[in-house]
Amino acid sequence: MTNPNKYRLRRTMMFLNCQKPGLIKDPYIYKPDSIMLDLEDAVAEREKDAARYSLYHALQEIDYRGVERVVRINGLDTDLWREDVRCAVAGGCDSIRIPKTETADDVRTVEYAIAEAEREFRRPEGSVLLMAALESARGVINAMSICDSSERLFGIALSGGDYSKDLQISISGTGVEFMGARQHMIIAARAAKVQCFDTVWTNLNDMAGFRKEVEIIHSMGFDGKSIVNPRQIPVVHEIYTPKEKDIIFAEKVIKEIDQKKAMGIGVFTVDGKMIDIAFYDGAKRTIALAKASGVYKGDL
Amino acid sequence: MEILKTAVAGTLESSDCLVTIEPARSGLQLDLESAVMQQYGRRIAEVAMETLDRLNVQNARVSIVDKGALDCTIKARVECAAMRAADHEGRVNWGGVIR
Repeated sequence: MTNPNKYRLRRTMMFLNCQKPGLIKDPYIYKPDSIMLDLEDAVAEREKDAARYSLYHALQEIDYRGVERVVRINGLDTDLWREDVRCAVAGGCDSIRIPKTETADDVRTVEYAIAEAEREFRRPEGSVLLMAALESARGVINAMSICDSSERLFGIALSGGDYSKDLQISISGTGVEFMGARQHMIIAARAAKVQCFDTVWTNLNDMAGFRKEVEIIHSMGFDGKSIVNPRQIPVVHEIYTPKEKDIIFAEKVIKEIDQKKAMGIGVFTVDGKMIDIAFYDGAKRTIALAKASGVYKGDL
Repeated sequence: MEILKTAVAGTLESSDCLVTIEPARSGLQLDLESAVMQQYGRRIAEVAMETLDRLNVQNARVSIVDKGALDCTIKARVECAAMRAADHEGRVNWGGVIR
């Protein structure tokens, strides 16, 4: 059975360093959809053990009020990740993020360790979901097979810092260097029916640039963006909330298609636009997103 | 658990605490410093002693400098310091002695 959280709303995923109690004690006040409790890059090498103890007790004792708790484990090229998985699953995390994913086998390796941990800590089988961060040219090229690798996998995320290093380029702020990866990843994710998330924007002094980037990735079809500061959350949520005119149009499309289908009519117009069955799923998604964003007041 | 050497965990940042554990000959000695000693001193000491008891630490000198840490942080820092002081490596007993 598919985990009911697999397709939950994930517009914002806020990175938090597990080593910093001040950061992980109450991030829910900023209302991100997900938090990314980081055991990897943000944690100093000699504090990896300390970060795990903090993570375990935070997961056990802090009420994150419905915010999804994703744990970023250390890379598969370290001797840390297996214990990270045990700690995260024992603590009760919702999902695990695999960094530097390059192949479908990487996902299956972690999936196996999660299943073992679920048995060890008596958690229901399949209760912990997975996402894969693609941080290299090879990872991006293999996006399709990675997306198809596991029933637990809810999505893939672009990690721009490492990806740009692998491509031997620097981040320009225009997004031009990520165009190919973004387009390829969103197509693969849609083909596999999983979600797709964009990389972080680290220049906190350039909120206009951030807004522009979110508008671009939203129009490309990304489900959400990784976040490094609470100030970025309302911008993303605003852009991802359907506008009233879009909601009204989507309602009309759904109702008209339902009605016309019963009458045997396949093509018709709504507000002057030619509509057929191909518009149905998009309209349904708009209504679902409006409901999830708390702005839908209709009866669908 | 035997405390073999001096070990430290945590920081003096807000919402954290700095825990130092040293070997001792007999019994547990706890030194506590906190800006909220009046209100929470007893609770912090309780959490620390319960954690040491779960870890079966019988002989140690423990110092905690608290900067407004939640219970979960005090537990995490005491456990980490104790494990380091005992040279513990490998799999952790999550949900067992660590809970």
